[in-house]
Amino acid sequence: MSQIVYKRSPGLQDVETHYCPGCHHGIVHKLIAEVLTELDLLDTTVGVCPVGCSVLAGNYINCDFIEAAHGRAPAVATGVKRTHPELPVFTYQGDGDLASIGAAEIVHAAMRGERFTTIFINNAIYGMTGGQMAPTTLEGQKSTTSQSGRDRNVHGLPVRMAEMLSTLDGMAYAERVCVADIPSLNKAKRAIKKAFTLQMKGIGFTFIEVLSTCPTNWGMSPVEAGKWVKSTMSQYYPLGIVKDTEVTA
Amino acid sequence: MQKELWKGNEAIAEAAVRAGCRAYFGYPITPQNEIPEYMSVRMPEAGGVFVQAESEIAAINMVYGAAAAGVRAMTSSSSPGISLKQEGISYLIGAELPAVIVNMMRGGPGLGTIQAGQADYFQATRSPGHGDGRMIVLAPSGIQEAADLVAEAFDLADTYRNPVMILADGMIGQMMEPIVWHKRAPKALPPKDWAALGREGAGNTHFVTSLRLQSSANEVFNQQLMGKYQLITAEEVRWETHECDDAEVIIVAYGTTARICQSAARKLKQEGIKVGIFRPISLWPYPYEALRELAKQASVKSVLTVEMSLGQMIEDVRLAVCGLKPTPFYGRTGGMIPETEQVSEKVRQLLQEVKS
Repeated sequence: MSQIVYKRSPGLQDVETHYCPGCHHGIVHKLIAEVLTELDLLDTTVGVCPVGCSVLAGNYINCDFIEAAHGRAPAVATGVKRTHPELPVFTYQGDGDLASIGAAEIVHAAMRGERFTTIFINNAIYGMTGGQMAPTTLEGQKSTTSQSGRDRNVHGLPVRMAEMLSTLDGMAYAERVCVADIPSLNKAKRAIKKAFTLQMKGIGFTFIEVLSTCPTNWGMSPVEAGKWVKSTMSQYYPLGIVKDTEVTA
Repeated sequence: MQKELWKGNEAIAEAAVRAGCRAYFGYPITPQNEIPEYMSVRMPEAGGVFVQAESEIAAINMVYGAAAAGVRAMTSSSSPGISLKQEGISYLIGAELPAVIVNMMRGGPGLGTIQAGQADYFQATRSPGHGDGRMIVLAPSGIQEAADLVAEAFDLADTYRNPVMILADGMIGQMMEPIVWHKRAPKALPPKDWAALGREGAGNTHFVTSLRLQSSANEVFNQQLMGKYQLITAEEVRWETHECDDAEVIIVAYGTTARICQSAARKLKQEGIKVGIFRPISLWPYPYEALRELAKQASVKSVLTVEMSLGQMIEDVRLAVCGLKPTPFYGRTGGMIPETEQVSEKVRQLLQEVKS
C-alpha cells in the first residue's frame, strides 16, 4: 500500500509558480507556509509583499496579503500591526526593496522595535528588473549596471543588513540563513519559526535574512547558484544568529 | 449649542477623532504641526494609534497599511510633504483604499515659504499621484467648515473607497474661530469586507494590491475607476454662492481667499458695485455646471478668479465659463495674502474695461 510521505503544505495555495528554475523564493515561501501552519497562524496572519519578483507572494502563501509600494513594506506593516497588535504580521522583501529604496523604512521599523517579522531575501541582485547591481551585490560580482564587476571605489562595499539593523535596540532577533541544502533549509525553517514565535510574545522586531539564488541573473545553473551561496555569499554574509535579546538578556 | 474657540489645525485633528479616525501617522512640517502634536495626545486617549513616522513617505504608507486593515486612517502635511506623499496616494487610489489626507498649503515651489498659499491646486485636482487616478478634494474656508468637512471626508472615503484630501491653506490651520461640534447622523457605509485582517477560511484570502500585471485587467480596472469618478462627479459636487443675483461681477475663490473676496464684495456694494461670490467647496469634482449657469446670467459682465497662486483654479473657471464672459485673474503667491482693497481695485478696473 502506498503512503503519502510529502505533500503541499496547507499554507500554500494550489497554483503554478512564476519563479525561475533554481530560484529560492519558492522554497522560502514554502518554509513560511509550513511555519504558519504549524503555529496555527494562517487564519490571522497578514503578510506584506514588496515590489520585485516576490510582488506576487500573496498568490502563493495561503494567508491575507497587502502589496506595498517599493521599499515601503515596513511602513505598511507598521500601519497594520499598530492598529491590530493581535495579528501576526510579516514583510517579505528583497534586497533592492529593503536595503536600497526602503532603507529608511526598515531602519526606523527596527529602531521603533515594531513587533512584526521581516523575511529579507538577499540574492545580491535586482531580479525582476533584469539583473542590476543591488546594495548587496558582492565586490567583483557582475551585474547589468556593474558590467566589469562591483568596484569598491565606485560603488562602495555591500551592506550587511542583519548586522547593521542589530545595532538598534529595537531589534529583538536577527538571524542569517540560507536554503541551499537540506541542513541549511532545516535551520532556516527553525529561524523563521522562532521569529514568528517571538513576534507573538511581543518582544520587538524580528528579522530573518535568507541568502538566496538568482540563477537567471547570475548566469549560473540552479546547481551552480546553490553552491555559490554556500561557497561565496556566505563568506561575506556569515550564516547564523546575529542577535538574540532573549539569550543576552 | 455651545460655541468653542478652536485653532484650525487642532479642530481638524479633533474632528477626525470624532469621525472615528483611529490611526494617525505624520511628520513635522510647518504650518500643520499642531495636527501631529494634538494627535500624539488625543489618539491614545481615543483608543487609537499615533506614530510619528520617519518621513512623509513612511507616514502615507502607514496610512495605507492601517486602511488596508480596515481602520479609518489619516495623515497631514504641507505642500513639500504632500509631494512626498504622492506615491502613496497613487497606491491608495490603485488599491481602492479609503484615507483622509490634509494639506495645509504653503507657498512653493521647492521649500518656498512657510506662509499660507494655494499653489497645490493642480497637484491635488489634476495629478494626486502617477496614473489615471482622481482624489476627492474639499476646500474649507473657515474652522467650522474645516471640522465639518473632515467628518464628511471620512464618509466619502469609505463610500467610494478612495482617498479624500482636505485642501486648506496655512491661514486656516493657524487661525482660531468659534465653532460648534455638530452631532452627525451615522451614514450607511459599505462593509469593509475587502480588508486584510485574516482570511475567511483556507483559500479565501484577501489580497489588497494595486498590481494588475495583465494590461487588459489593468484597463478594465481603470474603466471601473472612471465609472466611480463619474458617479462622484454626479453626486458630490459642492459649492456656495453669496449675493450672486444681479451681480455685475462674479468672483470665484476658495478657502481663505474667498473670505477676503467677500470683504471686498461688501465694500464694493457700498460703492454701488454688485459683486457676487462663487466659492467651490469641492475642487474635485469641480462645480462646472453651477458656475456656467451663473456666468450665463445677463447681469454678469465678468468672472474674476482670485487665488493665492499665479493662476491654477483659473483653468477650471475658464473650462466652466467656456468663453461666455471675460475671465480675468488676480493672484498673489504664498504669504502675500491678497488684501481687500487690492481685490476691490481689480474689480473697479475690470468693470471700467468692460464698460469702455
